[in-house]
Amino acid sequence: MTETDRQARLDTRELVDETASAAPVTSDLPPDDPVHAGDQTRSQWRDVWRQFRSHKGAMVALVLFAGVLLFVSIGPLLWTIDPTYVDIRARNSGFVAAHPLGTDQLGRDMLARLMAGGRVSIAVGLTAMIIAVTLGSFIGVMAGYFRRLDAPLMRMTELFLALPLLPLLLLMVTLFREPLSQNFGPAMGIFILIVSAIGATSWMQSARIVRGDVLGLKEREFILAARSIGTPPRRMILRHILPNVMSPIMVAATLGIATAIITESALSFLGLGFPPDFPTWGRLLYDAVDQMVLYPSRVILPGVFISLTVLCVNYIGDGLRDAMDPRIRGR
Amino acid sequence: MLNFTIRRLLLAIPTLLFISLVIFLLLEASPGDPLGDVPLTVPPEVKERMREALGLGQAWYIRYVLWLKQFFWVEPLFWFDQVFGTSFSDGMQRIISFQSRSPVFDVIAQRVPQTLIVVGMSYVVGVMIAIPIGILSAYKQYSWFDQVGTFVSMIGFSMPTFFTGVVMIIIFGVKLQWFPSVYDTTLEVRDWDSFMAQVRQMVMPVTVLALYNAAQVSRFMRASMLDNLGQDYVRTARAKGLGERTVVLKHVLRNSLIPVVTVIALGLPTVFGGALITEQVFKVNGLGQLLITAIYANDLPMVLTVTFLFAILIVMFTLIADILYGVLDPRIRYD
Amino acid sequence: MKLRTLLMSAAATMAFAPAAMAERGADGQVNVIMWQAPSTMNLYLSSGTKDIIAASMTLEPLASFTPEGTLTPRLATELPSIENGGISEDLKTVTWKLKEGIKWSDGTDLTADDVVFTANYCMHPDGGCAQLAKFEGVESVEAVDPLTVKVTFTEPHPDPFSAFVGGQSPILQKAQFEQCIGSAAPTCTDQNFNPIGTGPFKVVEFKTNDVITFEANPEYRDPDKPAFATLTMKGGGDAAAAARSVLETGEFDYAWNTQLAPEVLEGMEANGKGHVQAAFGSLVERIHVNLTDPSSSLPEGERSTTKHPHPFLTDPAVRKALSMAIDRNLLTEIGYGQAGKPTCNLVPAPAAWASDNTECLTQDIEGAKALLDEAGWVPGGDGVREKDGVRLSMVFQTSVNAVRQDFQALIKQWWSEIGIETELKTVDASVFFGSDAGSPDTLQKFYADVEMYANNFEGNNPEPYLAKNTCNKAPGPENQWQGENTSRFCDPKHDELLAELGKTVDLEARGKLGQQMNDLITKDSNAIIPLVYRGTASAVSDTLGGVELNAWDTELWNVAEWHRKTE
Repeated sequence: MTETDRQARLDTRELVDETASAAPVTSDLPPDDPVHAGDQTRSQWRDVWRQFRSHKGAMVALVLFAGVLLFVSIGPLLWTIDPTYVDIRARNSGFVAAHPLGTDQLGRDMLARLMAGGRVSIAVGLTAMIIAVTLGSFIGVMAGYFRRLDAPLMRMTELFLALPLLPLLLLMVTLFREPLSQNFGPAMGIFILIVSAIGATSWMQSARIVRGDVLGLKEREFILAARSIGTPPRRMILRHILPNVMSPIMVAATLGIATAIITESALSFLGLGFPPDFPTWGRLLYDAVDQMVLYPSRVILPGVFISLTVLCVNYIGDGLRDAMDPRIRGR
Repeated sequence: MLNFTIRRLLLAIPTLLFISLVIFLLLEASPGDPLGDVPLTVPPEVKERMREALGLGQAWYIRYVLWLKQFFWVEPLFWFDQVFGTSFSDGMQRIISFQSRSPVFDVIAQRVPQTLIVVGMSYVVGVMIAIPIGILSAYKQYSWFDQVGTFVSMIGFSMPTFFTGVVMIIIFGVKLQWFPSVYDTTLEVRDWDSFMAQVRQMVMPVTVLALYNAAQVSRFMRASMLDNLGQDYVRTARAKGLGERTVVLKHVLRNSLIPVVTVIALGLPTVFGGALITEQVFKVNGLGQLLITAIYANDLPMVLTVTFLFAILIVMFTLIADILYGVLDPRIRYD
Repeated sequence: MKLRTLLMSAAATMAFAPAAMAERGADGQVNVIMWQAPSTMNLYLSSGTKDIIAASMTLEPLASFTPEGTLTPRLATELPSIENGGISEDLKTVTWKLKEGIKWSDGTDLTADDVVFTANYCMHPDGGCAQLAKFEGVESVEAVDPLTVKVTFTEPHPDPFSAFVGGQSPILQKAQFEQCIGSAAPTCTDQNFNPIGTGPFKVVEFKTNDVITFEANPEYRDPDKPAFATLTMKGGGDAAAAARSVLETGEFDYAWNTQLAPEVLEGMEANGKGHVQAAFGSLVERIHVNLTDPSSSLPEGERSTTKHPHPFLTDPAVRKALSMAIDRNLLTEIGYGQAGKPTCNLVPAPAAWASDNTECLTQDIEGAKALLDEAGWVPGGDGVREKDGVRLSMVFQTSVNAVRQDFQALIKQWWSEIGIETELKTVDASVFFGSDAGSPDTLQKFYADVEMYANNFEGNNPEPYLAKNTCNKAPGPENQWQGENTSRFCDPKHDELLAELGKTVDLEARGKLGQQMNDLITKDSNAIIPLVYRGTASAVSDTLGGVELNAWDTELWNVAEWHRKTE
């Protein structure tokens, strides 16, 4: 009931907006990058936001995600124990005032480690996902839209799919660890290395999916119509194709964050990731698996944080997808 | 379509050759030493001798060409001999693993059954659960079913198998003692008892993997269904008076399958590639375990052969996916 | 299921016939789990410990080491010595007498020809034999008569017990391996997977890197042994899973190498199904200090070479302080529990060789600070000590391993307390321990200031092990980075002592020389900082009897004695 009411309200509202801004739309070229475009599109994004706010799950997720972000960014300023400080007398401590979430086998404070770990994990997850999805969508759209590019790009995708990951990463670490850490410092250097390694080895799925969708879309009537009025390829892709392949991209993005966080832990475990005194959620989880029976909280805490982040991103993604769906908003 | 298939198959040959060269060079260039496992007590001179015995003294291009010959000529001849009892391959060197000094293909043949049974089964189970869940949660978007489905599948995806696997073992293997924690690869199914034993040892690895696969496929299914449910043709179909069942299961489902087919087609080669971590956790010792131990041991011939077979499967399945796109959506044409 | 019925039927047989203990095969099935799965049964083609252990089920040497590190004859009637004429006066020949009536598992007799063949097999120039070092200095091996073998060395050998001694150099059957010598070795898959042996078990089915099924050898020399009819050796998984399958679920009877955090093992032992046992050989976890400059500003080929001494680690006071700041007792307690002992020695055993060097066992942070102050290293603004613009800031590398990463964190903290800054680095084990001259991350290249790993020696003679630390064995481009002196330690006195050791026969005098060399490199110079004397830990089911762990030989050396305990 309320859904339809809301929809109706939104529809009228949009109709008003659209008629009001009809004139400039036809005279101006559409923006290359809708996010940073001028006045007209900003109102369009205000619509998206309005639609997004009405998605209850997405709003809860957004608040929670903001909470997680605050926890990892502001948290260390309030809780100032060094996550790598070894207090051997306090090892394996339970939940006490000095260590609200206990300590690990060397007496390092779990709360501080979760905060520090979260900062790295979220940064790695988001950045690697953005790289992978951007690269994947770009290659997917190119291959699907331009027939001439299809074969070379897809053969390249197959090549990347076939490459064994571990030797590739070992090679990357050998070649780039030192130059990167000299130029950007050890932590930043490794961050760049890991993020690009994960990004470079996980874009293939989204590329294949996007290409598949684009192949189908390309033959649809509205694309034919747009082409018949002489829409140049760039506008065609940005304006007509991309919005229509948004939903698989969103799914790939949410799944990508989880994969990136987990892959990072596997990399650290193999000695290809961050130095051992750099906690990350995935690593905390990995290190604690052996002690699961003795100290369940050590696996549950990082596990909950990883799941929470992934769930939040997923719901935000859902909300965004709905909010941006051109059919709902009749763009 | 036939034209397209033939063209793609022909194109696959140079592609695969190129892929094999890239994999070979990658393995050559990446650090690591096939003798890394040899204890430090073995003196360097002896290691040097061992390295020569492995054929590592030769230049890389000679070893690459030798591998090509072994893979495309000696191995097929050998299997031909096996089947027809001829002896064309006598005296020819097959591809030999560095670790065990035994023919690579014999080991692969030994590993294929358990991988296909366990990983393949989990994939089938995963897809079978995922598609109905994906359809239902899209059709009833934001219903409690959808919410629970989303929740479970996201948890399933965000929990790595090294964690869920160990949790399963501790609960069902150690505490309840329902299922064995170690997979017995020597078990032969002969009668009802051994069949049940096989089922019991498969339950945990299949569940863990199926959960992971189902989570992924169901998300793509749901998203794609949602996209299509809002399309004009759905409204048209309903307006025509078609039953809800026909609309959803025939029109919408078919049009929503493209991304799902991609995901499944990309997933199937990994079935043959085995599940690296899950196989390790449950000690299934299939192709995944074979590959990972070979990588750790820098067993070049083994890694190269297994990844190359993997590459063949990937090329095959992407081709199949491309053909399926055309079947699902006749508007897609490649000619 | 199958397993449990087998166990139960075994138990039932025993209940009906208590005297069955003394019969071959009476105890049914025994299960061994090795999380690193064996790849081949022919250990001459792969010297991984896992393969040596698997091979020791069927293949036997002439003599073995006991858990105490002494020798005991196995296929030989007695140990050759100067007294019984087995070793010649000039120490150039050794004569072994084989026991009479020993049969291979195919029913043929073991003869001296088989022993001679084994030597030829391994010493063949194209074979790439992994145990070639065991035959170093051997001029010829000949059969005097069908039960007598004479080994001749090129020069006098004070310790002739290397060839045919211990699980690393067992005897192969000539008839089986005749076609497999030299470059033909890798083509003999059947032989490599199913070697005919004299040991208590023979291979039924070998699946490489997966599982091996054995059955009792019908021709084994003791008619009552082994007590088990069949033995399964399963591979795969990790140390925790292996320990769990013995200590918690009871599916397996024996798990090899369960190196886990002590508290985790204790938690598993609480289930009452089994216990963890440890055996001590000569394995020492240590920190190597780089005496040369690993700075990346140096051109490639000169980094970490003797051309450029280290800016501050060449100062003995700094090295001494590094050692003093470490609490070895705590490291042992956290990392190894009962499978480790704190040590200050590079050679912790045998007793005659172990120096009584214990002063490092007590941590002395204040002492270390005072030492650094005295040497002129004063704390700078950020607490890191410096002198003449050189900051005490180091890179500390090791291989990937949970215990080593804990050690790194602890040691980093202690060093930071005395004003030394440490950056940690971990390297994948297959790269770190590999000797790929092209990789910058190997332990020989040592592009770091300090590194940690473990090493040991085989048998009970530490001479070759001590010989690694001579000046000419420093790794560098001239030896393709294959030198074994990772610290780049160089002391002429050490090299002189080594030369003397090579000429000394008397065991006690050899031990004394060894102790001096040990002290020179550890307590006197701190070029190597020993941390923990490590044992090998294995989980054993409480129902399995006769297990006696052995760290000097292969761990399953006495599998013939294993039996099922009666309640």
